[in-house]
Amino acid sequence: MLKSTAAALVLAAILPATALAECVEVTQGNVTVSAAWSRATIGTDRPAVFYVTIRNNGSEERLMGIETPVADMPMLHESVVENGAARMSHVDQIVIAPIDAVSLEPGGYHGMLMDLQTELVEGTTFPVTLLFEKSGPVTIDTAVLPLRAREAACEEAL
Amino acid sequence: MRRGALILGGAGMVAAVGFMLAVGAWRSGDLPWQQQVTETVGTRGADLESMSWQLTSHEGERVSPQSWIGQTSLVFFGFTWCPDVCPMTLLNISDWLEELGPDADGLAVHLVSVDPERDTPEVLADYLSNFDPRISGLTGSPDEVAQAADDFNATYRRVPRDDGDYTVDHTAGVMVFGPDGRLSSMIDLHDDPKFAVPKIRRAMEREV
Repeated sequence: MLKSTAAALVLAAILPATALAECVEVTQGNVTVSAAWSRATIGTDRPAVFYVTIRNNGSEERLMGIETPVADMPMLHESVVENGAARMSHVDQIVIAPIDAVSLEPGGYHGMLMDLQTELVEGTTFPVTLLFEKSGPVTIDTAVLPLRAREAACEEAL
Repeated sequence: MRRGALILGGAGMVAAVGFMLAVGAWRSGDLPWQQQVTETVGTRGADLESMSWQLTSHEGERVSPQSWIGQTSLVFFGFTWCPDVCPMTLLNISDWLEELGPDADGLAVHLVSVDPERDTPEVLADYLSNFDPRISGLTGSPDEVAQAADDFNATYRRVPRDDGDYTVDHTAGVMVFGPDGRLSSMIDLHDDPKFAVPKIRRAMEREV
């Protein structure tokens, strides 16, 4: 009994150190924003992406837009595959149902950072402000991951 | 399919008309990969032997469809300015190549650019250097790319943006051709990843 308790304690001490770091989380009003990431860019000609997880702890909430100093024209987009053809459509807002979560993730909703003002360099971060209808503006540090990243490099506490 | 092939087969169509017809074909479910693919032998977009496109690789080599016969080929349409769907496709393919391990040696992977204006061979080379080195890029003049899309029964459309820039809508998904030069299957973007590698293996087993 003692032995197994000791083993569990040792494991508990080691596990967090070997697992990915926990995602940066920002809570304001009813929303918690976490796991914000983007991909490194080659120069500034191409648009960059913005992915994030939004948890709504209250009544229906809407993401109305995003702002960032690294791009002059940030927009909310959705990749849609219809009859085998992919297109990106601009979305005016993203609705997050009460006590629900929405992820901006590859192949679905994403932020499009157009008119990029600076190259996004792997390993750096930049701020993105999410504009919510009820909870107001929420700013989160966004991690720039390698061009071949497919998900956030952190552990979500969801 | 036959009616679609007849209509679409007319030579010298302007790109806009071609695109509209292609959309019609998509909508009506007429395209080979919307049907039982195994039954599409000899139909349009399904046989490299009957295609006539010529493109330039990211290494500056001229490539024609006949040069792919004898090997299994994955082909997909995209462009390097595409921020979401194209990196995702490239990453999916990198995963499949990894899972195939040494078996992927007999496999050729080609990204055909639907944005020849920006995707020169040099731009493709620079971009693809970030992904699996076995993925090659193909581009050409706007006419050459239009011919390739037509041959593969793929569609693309340049969409202007408010700020004067543009993006390109395009056929998603990866076409899998066997060593016999025939379309074996399509792997769609949102297909369960566990079906992708078996689809590729099935294509590899086809006799030349």
